[in-house]
Amino acid sequence: MGLLSRKVTCNSHGQDSSYFLGWQEYEKNPYHEVNNPQGIIQMGLAENQLSFDLPESWLAKNADAAGFKRDGQSIFKELALFQDYHGLPAFKKALVDFMAEIRGNKVTFDPSHIVLTAGATSANETLMFCLAEQGDAFLLPTPYYPGFDRDLKWRTGVEIVPIQCTSSNRFQITAPALDEAYQQAQRKNLRVKGVLVTNPSNPLGTTMRRDELDLLINFITDKEIHLISDEIYSGTVFSSPGFVSIMEVLKDRSLEQTPVWERVHIVYSLSKDLGLPGFRVGAIYSNDPIVVAAATKMSSFGLVSSQTQYLLSAMLSDKKFTKEYMAKNHKRLQKQQSRLVSGLEKAGIGCLESNAGLFCWVDMRHLLSSNTFEAEMELWKRIVYDVKLNISPGSSCHCSEPGWFRVCFANISEDTLKLAMQRLKSFVDSVAINNQNHQELKNSRKKFRTKWVFRLSFQSFHDREQDER
Amino acid sequence: MVAISKIATGNGHGEDSPYFDGWKAYETNPFHPIDSPDGVIQMGLAENQLCFNFIKKWVMEHPEASLCSAEGVNKFKETALFQDYHGMPEFREAVAKFMGKVRGGRVKFDPDRIVMSGGATGAHEMVAFCLADPGEAFLVPTPYYPGFDRDLRWRTGVELVPVVCESSNNFKITRAALEAAYEKAKEANLRVKGLLITNPSNPLGTILDRDTLKGIVKFINEKNIHLIGDEIYAATVFMEPEFVSISEIIEEVECNRDLIHIVYSLSKDMGFPGFRVGIVYSYNDAVVSCARKMSSFGLVSSQTQHLIATMLSDDDFVDSFIVESKEQLFKRHKYFTLSLSQVGIGSLKSNAGLFIWMDLRKLLKEKTFDAEMDLWRVIINEVKLNVSPGSSFHCDEPGWFRVCFANMDDNTMEVALLRITTFMHKHNEAMVPRKLCRRASLKLSLSRRRDDFMSQNMMSPHSPIPQSPLVRART
Repeated sequence: MGLLSRKVTCNSHGQDSSYFLGWQEYEKNPYHEVNNPQGIIQMGLAENQLSFDLPESWLAKNADAAGFKRDGQSIFKELALFQDYHGLPAFKKALVDFMAEIRGNKVTFDPSHIVLTAGATSANETLMFCLAEQGDAFLLPTPYYPGFDRDLKWRTGVEIVPIQCTSSNRFQITAPALDEAYQQAQRKNLRVKGVLVTNPSNPLGTTMRRDELDLLINFITDKEIHLISDEIYSGTVFSSPGFVSIMEVLKDRSLEQTPVWERVHIVYSLSKDLGLPGFRVGAIYSNDPIVVAAATKMSSFGLVSSQTQYLLSAMLSDKKFTKEYMAKNHKRLQKQQSRLVSGLEKAGIGCLESNAGLFCWVDMRHLLSSNTFEAEMELWKRIVYDVKLNISPGSSCHCSEPGWFRVCFANISEDTLKLAMQRLKSFVDSVAINNQNHQELKNSRKKFRTKWVFRLSFQSFHDREQDER
Repeated sequence: MVAISKIATGNGHGEDSPYFDGWKAYETNPFHPIDSPDGVIQMGLAENQLCFNFIKKWVMEHPEASLCSAEGVNKFKETALFQDYHGMPEFREAVAKFMGKVRGGRVKFDPDRIVMSGGATGAHEMVAFCLADPGEAFLVPTPYYPGFDRDLRWRTGVELVPVVCESSNNFKITRAALEAAYEKAKEANLRVKGLLITNPSNPLGTILDRDTLKGIVKFINEKNIHLIGDEIYAATVFMEPEFVSISEIIEEVECNRDLIHIVYSLSKDMGFPGFRVGIVYSYNDAVVSCARKMSSFGLVSSQTQHLIATMLSDDDFVDSFIVESKEQLFKRHKYFTLSLSQVGIGSLKSNAGLFIWMDLRKLLKEKTFDAEMDLWRVIINEVKLNVSPGSSFHCDEPGWFRVCFANMDDNTMEVALLRITTFMHKHNEAMVPRKLCRRASLKLSLSRRRDDFMSQNMMSPHSPIPQSPLVRART
């Protein structure tokens, strides 16, 4: 219909990306230990399901927080009426304290600088509306979270220009890569308004090093642009090196009174660290009072439910709980990540060394039939449909090199992870056998075309139409 | 170099409107029966506080809805993980059922067309993003809710063109007014994409009659533009005539359903603005699909979805609530308007909403908006009531004020009425040398049980500005 907006008819919502297609396949045939043991195992969803017992037992002992009560008295009415976009003060205080705790209290945050939003999805979009005009651009290091294409660009009209990072230096951001991205934007006539990084990184699972953060600060100072640090995974850092927040570096370099201080903004959420994506708790933290004021007004379009603010203010104010949660959660993440890494190793698959996040960045370049994204897609389809694992192909994360995949580990049990690794090993072994056969055939007879041999081995493979949901 | 966006530095947020100035006055000196009996009484906030005891009782009796019973705690994990933008099926079903009941069961809503949003605020912005591109326009009958200027225009770049309605015919939306607005848009080179109506109306408190609705549907079909019906006050219709929804009209007249969209919320009907439950209901599949993806920017907290799903699935509760709410609104409205009429203040005859459209034209020094502002300042500073001036609703005629009546307890209402009476007596004395002071007191001649109006410990009305007891209670 020509009657709808261009936003409806374009596909900037990004939902045609393979990132979401894998989910759709999983939904059609989801693995279940008992009911559907042959189903697809979901390893494309960055959720933290390892530590639910902790908030559950907290809730059992603190039912009032969920029951709209304070000191035994009902405050249902007050909560039901509370729509102040400044947010519940007790919740903001508890949230900034939690953020400080995650950063080892090396930095503290001022509750009056925080803006609550409906998830990090809303936080990121809101920051775009505040910092950029239609047609401006933000630079993002690749690979990056596929959702950014929707969150940063769709309704805002802002563009993303990639900062190409490669495996040659473990995908770290370099000065030449930054410069190249900036120039590329200029060649496209796009005004660069800032850089957005995710630290710890999704999909890499690594924390940024101090020299990288320094480089970023120097770059944005020089270009007089903004820096958004999406620190949504800051609480998932389970081993060394620890997490260094951009705020810490600014502080250490005594930059608080300088212009760059007000151009650094943090995005946070409780979806990953606490495993509460359904509650839609996101936040923007900015040192620029104008940005805070504008973002606060914009948050009207996606406030956090007062019911949820109240529950979480009680939970996060309980320092005993947060301390125990962080410690146990880190341990469990670390253990599960090790299981994944060793499972992959047994299958002859390596991954980027990581110390954070809910996933690993897995290197399957050696399994590609050719060093192309087409081959990556081929491999991905086989893994989804035949190996029955939903993992995310690097191309959906805008990786510049084919063959990398993001594999999530924190949303499945130890047993399911084991099974997934077994399936993967079988697959890799069969590929090896077929490669060997192929080599022998090649050596002994006239050559067969590669595709033909692969087709023989994988008769079950066929293209399937993607349903529109 | 411009460091941040024009959207952020401009005033498209609309907060410079006088609508918000009154709130600021209230904020600096809010009424409290004990601590601040001379403070400003908040009558500029369209909240529904009349049924909280009723609802609270249900919440206390159903701990599983709040995830705080043993059974509830079990559901914690699956609820906390649920971020599917389709929304919980039980939530959508419960809301669809509720919407149908509010319309007397005369029409059914399909749960699969229910899309979540961050309150009606988020819903309106989302619909604007779906239906219009920057520079295009919606027609909106005046007077209208000031928030629309922000919700529909601020980040979307969409324009609003007023459909001017006049007091001479009780602010009816006429075909002529619609056509005039459409032409005006054309002259300004604005492509009209739709018409937004609020029914029941804010600020008028009236509902659209069947003929007007049919005329509107005819108009939008002829022009091939969208119709957005904001029915956020649907359950606040407390008196005849009965509410007629767009969803009913399209069953009665020929209409391209791809043009029809409803915005809804639980903020007014149930009094839950804090829970951010906004709904977009569209008869257009492409819009449902797109809006659903956009809803990612303002999903309803799954904790709240669970609460609402449980609450609104309880048929007995819902049926009783709808009746109780109408009764309370009816009583309060009747008392308020009768008391006002006794001191010579009239208002537009209304049967819905949480406010009245008060007629103070005769109190204006002259028929200008400056005089309206002068009068408004007197009302705030001397009478100490925050009311909303008609100009902030884009009313084309000065002298009208929206006055909310459902956001306070009975005691506060008495105080407010006393202040109005006192003010009117002073005014009348100034106007007419000899004054019949028979109506000095406001004691109603209506028989009523005192219980009906005494509610325990209800605080002065809530405002989004930091005077909430929740704000004061904790650091």
